[in-house]
Parts: sequence; C-alpha cells; structure tokens
Amino acid sequence: MTAFGKLIRTTAFRLTLVYLLLFALFAASLLAYFAWNTRRMITEQITMTVNTEISQVTDIYERRGLRGLFNTIENRALRPGANLYLVTTPSGEAFAGNVGALAPGVMGTTGWSETAYRRMDEQDNAYHRALVNVTELSGGFRLLIGRDLEERRRLFGIVAKAAQWSILVVVILGIGGGIFVARRVLQRIDAMTGTAQRIMAGDLSGRLPVGRSGDELDRLASNLNAMLERIEALMVGLKEVSDNIAHDLKTPLTRLRNRAEEALARSGNEADYRAALERTIEESDGLIRTFNALLMIARAESGQARGNMDDFDAADVAEGIHELYEPLAEDDGMTLRLKTASAPLHGNRELIGQALANLVENAIKYGKPAEAKSAEIKTAETKGSVVSLDARQILIDARQEGDQVLLSVTDHGPGIPESERKHAMERFVRLDSSRSQPGSGLGLSLASAVATLHNGELRLGDAHPGLIATLVIPARAGASERLAVQSPDVPQKVA
Amino acid sequence: MTATAQAIAPQMRILIIEDDRESADYLVKAFREVGYVADLAGDGEQGLAMAESGDYDVLVVDRMLPKRDGLSLIGALRDKGNRTPVLILSALGQVDDRIKGLRAGGDDYLPKPYSFAELLARVEVLSRRNVGPAEETTYRVGDLELDRLSHRVARGKDELTLQPREFRLLEYLMKHAGQVVTRTMLLENVWDYHFDPQTNVIDVHISRLRSKIDKGFERPLLHTIRGAGYMIRDGIR
Repeated sequence: MTAFGKLIRTTAFRLTLVYLLLFALFAASLLAYFAWNTRRMITEQITMTVNTEISQVTDIYERRGLRGLFNTIENRALRPGANLYLVTTPSGEAFAGNVGALAPGVMGTTGWSETAYRRMDEQDNAYHRALVNVTELSGGFRLLIGRDLEERRRLFGIVAKAAQWSILVVVILGIGGGIFVARRVLQRIDAMTGTAQRIMAGDLSGRLPVGRSGDELDRLASNLNAMLERIEALMVGLKEVSDNIAHDLKTPLTRLRNRAEEALARSGNEADYRAALERTIEESDGLIRTFNALLMIARAESGQARGNMDDFDAADVAEGIHELYEPLAEDDGMTLRLKTASAPLHGNRELIGQALANLVENAIKYGKPAEAKSAEIKTAETKGSVVSLDARQILIDARQEGDQVLLSVTDHGPGIPESERKHAMERFVRLDSSRSQPGSGLGLSLASAVATLHNGELRLGDAHPGLIATLVIPARAGASERLAVQSPDVPQKVA
Repeated sequence: MTATAQAIAPQMRILIIEDDRESADYLVKAFREVGYVADLAGDGEQGLAMAESGDYDVLVVDRMLPKRDGLSLIGALRDKGNRTPVLILSALGQVDDRIKGLRAGGDDYLPKPYSFAELLARVEVLSRRNVGPAEETTYRVGDLELDRLSHRVARGKDELTLQPREFRLLEYLMKHAGQVVTRTMLLENVWDYHFDPQTNVIDVHISRLRSKIDKGFERPLLHTIRGAGYMIRDGIR
C-alpha cells in the first residue's frame, strides 16, 4: 500500500470527506436561499416603482393630454439610469420613450411580463432582459414602463462566483485538513503498531507512546500499556515459576531418585527396602503437595478461579479455621484466639479458607517467641505504656473496616524484618530462619495470590514483636448497611 | 484393610474405566489383592456398556477417556436411571473441576495422583453394599453409642461430653464403622474443606476425640490405620 493510499484509507480522512460534503451542501443551500430572497426582493422593488410610475404617468395623461404624456416620458427617459419607457399609438408605432426594439407581441398584452429589449441609444444588437408592465391608455394608446434586469443578473453572477469560491476553499481546506489530521493520527498509530510489533517480536518491556493531550488515543495507549504491564508481570511470573520448579521440584526428585538407587544398590533386607519405599512415598507426597500448591497459585494469579465465587462472611471462615487449627496450636504450646465481627465478602470461600489456613499454619510453625519460654513477656513500649501480653498467643481477627474486609493473623514470634517482607511473599522463598522447618515455601505466596484474585492484597506488618499478616480484600458491595446495625467496635465473639 | 474388606464385602464388584493401561492394571491388581472383583474398560463407550449390563457396586471413572469422556458417561448412566455410585478420577484437581464432576452425577472425586489407600477407602465408603447405618438414628460400635437426634454420646454407662465438631467427627467415623476413613475424607466431610493442610491438623482432632472415647477403657475402638487413615471398629466385628 502506498503512503497516500494508506492516508486516504484512514478513518480520519474519510470522516473529513464526509464533513466536507456536509459543509459544501450547507454553504450551497445558504447561498441559494440568499440569492432567491434577493431576487424576490429586487422583483418586488421593481414592481412597486413601476406601478407608482404608471399611476403618475396615467394621471398626467388624463390631466394634460397627449402633450403632457410626451413631455413627461421624454423627460424621464433622458435621466441617467432611467427606467424603460415606451408609448405606442393605436396603430402600434412608437410615439415616445427610450426603447428601440422589443420582443414581438409584448405591447399586445397588458400586464407584467419579462422580455428582451434594446435601448434606442444603443447601436449594436445587444438585447437585455427587462421586467415590464404594459397598460392601455384611453384613446388606444399603450404605455410600457419597465426596468432592466441587469442588476439582478449581476447579483446572481456575484452569488454564483461566491458559491464557486467558497466551495473551492472548503474543498481545499477540507482535504488539506483531512490529510493533516489523518497524517497525525496515522503517525501515532504507526508508532503504536511499531511498538506492538516489537513487543510481538519478544521485547515485552516496550510501551506505547502516550501523549499529553489525554485524547482517546492517549487513553487507549495508556490502557494498552496497563495491559502490557500485566502481561509482562505474568510472563515474568511464569519464568520465575519455571525457574523455581526447576530448582525446588528437581531437588526433591533427585533426592528421591538417589534414595531409590541407593536402596537398590545396597543388598539390604526387607525392612531396609520397606523403609526406603516408605520414605519414597513420603517424598512423593510432599512433591504432589508442592505441585498442587503451585497449580493453585497459578490459577489464582491467572484469575481462573473467578468462576467459583459466592457471597459469604469472612467471620465464618475465620471461625472454621480457628476451630480446625485450635487443637494443633494447643498441642504446640500455643493459644489460638479468635475475634470476629461481620465481614461480608464475595469470593471463593475455599481459597480464602486456604489462604487463612496457610497464615495460621505459618504462625504456629514460626510464631513462637524466640527467647523466654515463659508465657508472659514484657514487650517493648507500645503507645507509651508497657504492654504485657501472652507471647504464645496467636490471634485470628476478621472484621470490616470501611469498605474493606481485614482477615489477619497475629503472632508474637520473631516476625519478619521489614526489608524481607516483600521477598517473603514470593514463591518458594523460605527465609533463613524457617529453613529448618518443613514446608514448601509457598504458603505466603498462595495467600498473596488469593488476595490478588479478590482484588485485594496480603500485608505483612510488625506486631511488636511478631508478625501480623493481613488479607485485605474489598468487602461485598451493598453489605455495609447491614454492618451499620451492629456496633462496629465490639467484637461479636471472642474465643 | 484386607481383614475389613473380607469381613464386610467379600465379593464387592468394581468397574474401572480408565484408558491408561498401566494405572488401570495396577488398580485391577490392587483391588483383586484386597479380595474384590475388578473389571476393566479401556474407553468411554465400552465402559458405558459394561456399567449398564454388569451389576457393579462402584464405578471408578477417569475424567478424560477416548470415545466418550467421563462426565458424559456418568450423565448417560444417570439419564437411564442407573444409580451405581461413581468415583471420578481426574488429573484436574481444582475445586471447580470437582464441583463440575459432582454436578454431572459423580458421587466422589479424587484428583490424580492419589494413593491406593485413599482410593480404596473412598470406594468402600461409596459402595452401595455399605449403606448400612446411614438411615439409623443411633450408631453403635461395641459399647459406644451415638444418638444423632439428641446429640448424646455414651460409652457403656458413661455419658461423654463432646464439642460439636468432635460430635460430627465421631458421627462420620461411626457412620462408616469398620471402614477406613482417610484424613482428606474427614477434612472434606466434617469440615467441608478440600485443600491439603501441610500439617497434621486432623491427627490432633482425632487424638482429642480418642482421649474422650477410648481413654480409660480396656478396649480401644478408634484405630489408626497406618498409611491410610482411621477406623472405628469393635475388635471382634
């Protein structure tokens, strides 16, 4: 496609053509209206003047007779810019006036007519158009008074010229403007296309140029950029996952293989084989779990789990998880407490439950106070006073705050230093302090993915001391009125 | 396990509809080892024909099959009024796939990879030979008695006080007395969660329950079945 072909195919150019046509039509009809009205006005004026003169001349003829008529006509006919006058005798010969020749038959009919004529003083054969009125006078004489239509013709000429010029100007301006606008749009679209092609070729970091005018193309570009951002994040995530899978799944697989090989190589007794096989099964179960968690994260992150959303109260989920984990915590020497207030959500109940379960499992595993085995410790000063709290206590808290639902798990263990918090939510990341404990390193990243799926986020904070992990998720729309009935600051249940 | 199987359903008939030859053979062999009759169908059409003609107690159906996929097979069976319990095996282990499977008429859903112990326990619970005490209002195992209406639990002459969840746990175990119940089955049926906790949460609940119903009694009723799960049973039964 040639550059010009491309140009005239643009929407902008086609739109310009349509507007051009519309404007040309508008200009033409405006001029036509103007011309028609002017013509009518001129005609009316001629009619009026001629009528007045006819009555004056008729009056003179009646009072002063033929001589008076002759004098008056000859007098008037000689004035500069005079009207047309002609008086004929009953036999039809010219008696007075300034008309040299007339179209035949004009004097025969009385009343208004438009005709061709020639003035007496003009020698050539140039005929002009005139509007004339013929009246019969007493005694068989006929009087013609009329007016040349040259003015009207000239006016039409001017209007026609104006129409020609204006249409020419409109067309030139329109096409020029169209080409200008189309080229501008085309340049921007070409820039976008170029970027898109670069991105398609594999350079995911490319972004569309966004101008400052904030017009529709800019908005389109910035939306497309947001989309690219998301795609890039997903691609980076995918790459990370495959890298992580390579490392964190291959390592246990290698272990598994080594163990089987070793058991085969060493001629052991049946008990040895059994033990080796049992450990193999254990190891593969762990692998399956890791794999499932990875799939779950991938599904949550890609938004596929959106199909399974319904309305529920996060407080019920918190209660369920508390009930499930409370004995486990107690066996581990911890206390799991629950504090709930109504927290309506729209989401995937199962995933929210699992995310909360992961946070609770983490708190039980890693949330034991580092020093001081005693249940009571004095913590650092918070809010100006020394607070004494049960350091072996884990709190599950579900509540609504504004239009957000907060599902938090607080422990009083060593916590996570601020610099490591973001890192801790990534896949397979196990902070040094937790390496000795069993686990896949996917708990927090799953919780974070679940929060993202619900348009929320996972926040890690400091519980002075300890960790407070909070799922912040937008509350169900339209459910806040119900909350207003309950007193928001009083926990409904404390276990 | 073997003992249970033989005691309760010596000739349970199972149809396995699975196209992967190796895992199918493994399943047939494993089911036969515990004393069941196990037949094999390699594709959806053959599976449907066999399921309709044979008198099976449980169907084990893979979701993705040649000729006719698992869900449509189940749908066809159900349309014809065949109510044989169906356990769906699937490589798609996610919650929504599971719901799809159950909606199509499946009775249970087990994601791959699974352990045979888990599959066996689920098949035994599903089998229509074991509809036994489900309709009764009182479950009895040995001298342990659970009244489903009044929520009273007693062992011998002693009244036992159970938390609501402990009651539901015991109820589920006693409903399937003599059968192995796995941890995931408990999590699904008692807590209604379908995820896999990384820790031994269920074991702790069981040990609490055990301390209430077995502690101080001569004969324990709640048994741990190694590598599989739990079973409540009176020793002799």
